[in-house]
Amino acid sequence: MDLLYTPSQTQFREEVRAWLAAHVPAKKLASFDTAEGFEQHRQWEKTLAAGNWGMVTWPKEYGGRACDLIEWLIFEEEYYRAGAPLRVNQNGIFLLGPTLMEYGTEAQKERFISAMASGEEIWAQAWSEPNAGSDMAAIRCRADRDGDDYVINGQKIWSTRAVFADYAFGLFRTDPESSRHHGLSFILVPLDSPGVTVRPIEQLNGLPGFAEIFFDDVRVSDFNLLGGENQGWQIAMSTAGFERGLMLRSPARFQQASRRLVELYRKRRNDILDLSIEDSVVRCYMDAEAYALSTYQTASRLVAGGHIGAESSCNKIFWSELDIRIHETALSLLGARAEIEPETAEDHAELGTWLDGFLFSQSGPIYAGTNEIQRNIIAERMLGMPRK
Amino acid sequence: MDFTFTDDQLAFRDSVGSMLENEVTTASIRERWTGDSGENGDMLNMLNEMGMNSLLVPESCGGLGMDLVDFVLLADACGKAALPESIVEDAVVAGGLLSDLLASGQHTDQVQELLGGVAAGDIRVGCAHIINPYSNFAHRKDWMLLANGNDVHLVPKSDLKFTALKSVDPSRRLQKVDWAPSRKTRVAEGEVGAGLQRATLNRGALAAAAQLLGLAQAMVQQAVDYSATREQFGKAIGTNQAVKHLMADCAVQIEFAKPVVYRAAYTVGVAPQRADWAVSHAKTAAGSAAELSARNATQVHGAMGYTWECDLHIWVKRAWALAKEWGDAGFHKNRIHEWLLQPNALLGPEFTFGKRYIDHSDSAAA
Ligand SMILES: Cc1cc2nc3c(=O)[nH]c(=O)nc-3n(C[C@H](O)[C@H](O)[C@H](O)COP(=O)(O)OP(=O)(O)OC[C@H]3O[C@@H](n4cnc5c(N)ncnc54)[C@H](O)[C@@H]3O)c2cc1C
Repeated sequence: MDLLYTPSQTQFREEVRAWLAAHVPAKKLASFDTAEGFEQHRQWEKTLAAGNWGMVTWPKEYGGRACDLIEWLIFEEEYYRAGAPLRVNQNGIFLLGPTLMEYGTEAQKERFISAMASGEEIWAQAWSEPNAGSDMAAIRCRADRDGDDYVINGQKIWSTRAVFADYAFGLFRTDPESSRHHGLSFILVPLDSPGVTVRPIEQLNGLPGFAEIFFDDVRVSDFNLLGGENQGWQIAMSTAGFERGLMLRSPARFQQASRRLVELYRKRRNDILDLSIEDSVVRCYMDAEAYALSTYQTASRLVAGGHIGAESSCNKIFWSELDIRIHETALSLLGARAEIEPETAEDHAELGTWLDGFLFSQSGPIYAGTNEIQRNIIAERMLGMPRK
Repeated sequence: MDFTFTDDQLAFRDSVGSMLENEVTTASIRERWTGDSGENGDMLNMLNEMGMNSLLVPESCGGLGMDLVDFVLLADACGKAALPESIVEDAVVAGGLLSDLLASGQHTDQVQELLGGVAAGDIRVGCAHIINPYSNFAHRKDWMLLANGNDVHLVPKSDLKFTALKSVDPSRRLQKVDWAPSRKTRVAEGEVGAGLQRATLNRGALAAAAQLLGLAQAMVQQAVDYSATREQFGKAIGTNQAVKHLMADCAVQIEFAKPVVYRAAYTVGVAPQRADWAVSHAKTAAGSAAELSARNATQVHGAMGYTWECDLHIWVKRAWALAKEWGDAGFHKNRIHEWLLQPNALLGPEFTFGKRYIDHSDSAAA
């Protein structure tokens, strides 16, 4: 155990910091759930890609820097420290990218990865259906073979950023006779295909952050099949693994939020009567640290050739509950002003983005496998409790 | 940056762990409850044979000269076994203070001789701290390290008077220690003494935190095992989601307490002057994971969990006691709170560890 950064890691941090200082837009971008903001964020992805900072862990041939996971964590720390824009293509770069590298053919990698890395093509995920939420194996949306094509019919829902995205990836039923997790295939679908209708759904903040996708005889070449036909479930589970595991929510996000919380607390504490506030602030700070330490521990193990274990299913519960607590505490500190949607410059200075973050934090225990489902997984797969 | 244990460290943990699992049966723990000393002499010998007493003793005194990162997994194993003997505190707290005294050049000859005796298994030294009103197994020690104001004293058993108190945990043998400080017994004073006591508190809290981690895991394991065999409504109770989620909640707290305890072990060893917050975080996190595990494991056992006969309370009661020893949650959260209020405290990811974390000149965080 050696909890010091090596000179080269420290140098890497400085390099990241300097590049971000020179490139992060001075003016905050509009929300990527607006048409204007989406394009601004796409531009930012292009800027990152031009500097080879889009996905530092990727091999150099795909525009990455072949960094290990510790360097990735350092990058993320600097990224959040700099207040850089959110990653509009996170579904692509964090989830699909690694899956393509593992399961894609050479031709598929060539076709999709660079366009993804450069922000040319922004990806949405299309797993959920009206009747397949937590129970993803209940997927019904069909992709029927027709020569070298699939013909897709059915509906997906809750697809994040599908309103403006270029492509979606997800599971479709390719064997009409199959049931549950058999007979599903992992298919990449251009969202501008004839027969695709995207209907925006407004989220709690009133913006169309996700969408329904309707497929009406949508033709997709079998070039877009990832892995074997009817083998989609296994591949999707590996995608879900990346998500639950490390990449989805890097600890720096919560450490920065808890640092800002402490600053708010120092400013406001003398006006606050709520007796639990000290305890909440201390807990938020500790838990953000704990999440970082746990991630560094996992990253160290992976760098040393180990594996992500079943205990990684604890991550999602921990960070999503932490995120809610950080924002609840911040709103408590803001008191009756907390409900105000900031408009003036003074509002922004005083209220920050806490309300917005609070709204988004409510979704953390729901997406990427609800926390109840995570608890089932922890009990059954990590602790070995009986299924039936 | 390498946040892993070496294969050697893991192997040592495994061998100590399996010895304890075989030898520290619940029947043998209950035997200790009715014995006079509360200890099992064979166990003390076995622990010594495995090097537990000499692990942290400097090599110059015949010990193994290892550090707290080496020891933290062993302390966890002792917690898992609910080992009644106070080897963890003896090695980490008393041994740590003796080593500090040696390093600071205070009373070198006497301290060196004592450390040699400890390493050889001939002498037992305990250590009390004012944060704890009583001292576990003090009456079984040949020497006690005791505090008087800032001063630290090293007092032979013959100069100590013990009053036994009964703990809720029958494995613990608490003693109120009465003694009269004298110039003869004083081994450190003033600033030096205060510094030693502060380091002692951190080592004590770390030792408790590591054992709490082990206790928590053992309680969850017992409840999980029980839930697979106990049937109601024609099926194992563990198939019920309400039961599963009680256990999953414990698992989450335990998983996120582990790296916190490991970082504290590292920091106490490498940068003791910066260890306060790392240790306070560890004690708080491990304490709350263990308290939750105690409560939920009891719940999963139904009425059985409320009996003296069911072994679970061996762990539950230890967890209750250790969660409050060496500073309770209030004490440790307050240390963190005070630090967070300092305008120049270094917060944020780049200070979680890294060079600045242990830089002596970096007083802005202190
Ligand atoms: C902000 C946001 C973004 C999203 N983005 C995407 C996306 O990009 N792509 C995509 O495909 N999907 C996306 N989703 C959908 C998300 O994956 C689902 O919401 C989630 O899987 C739960 O499904 P559901 O909403 O149908 O809830 P349900 O499955 O109906 O669950 C409702 C409640 O019942 C509980 N429940 C259900 N089954 C069980 C069980 N077996 N045991 C215990 N409790 C149970 C759940 O925990 C939950 O509390 C997103 C959701 C949100 C909120």
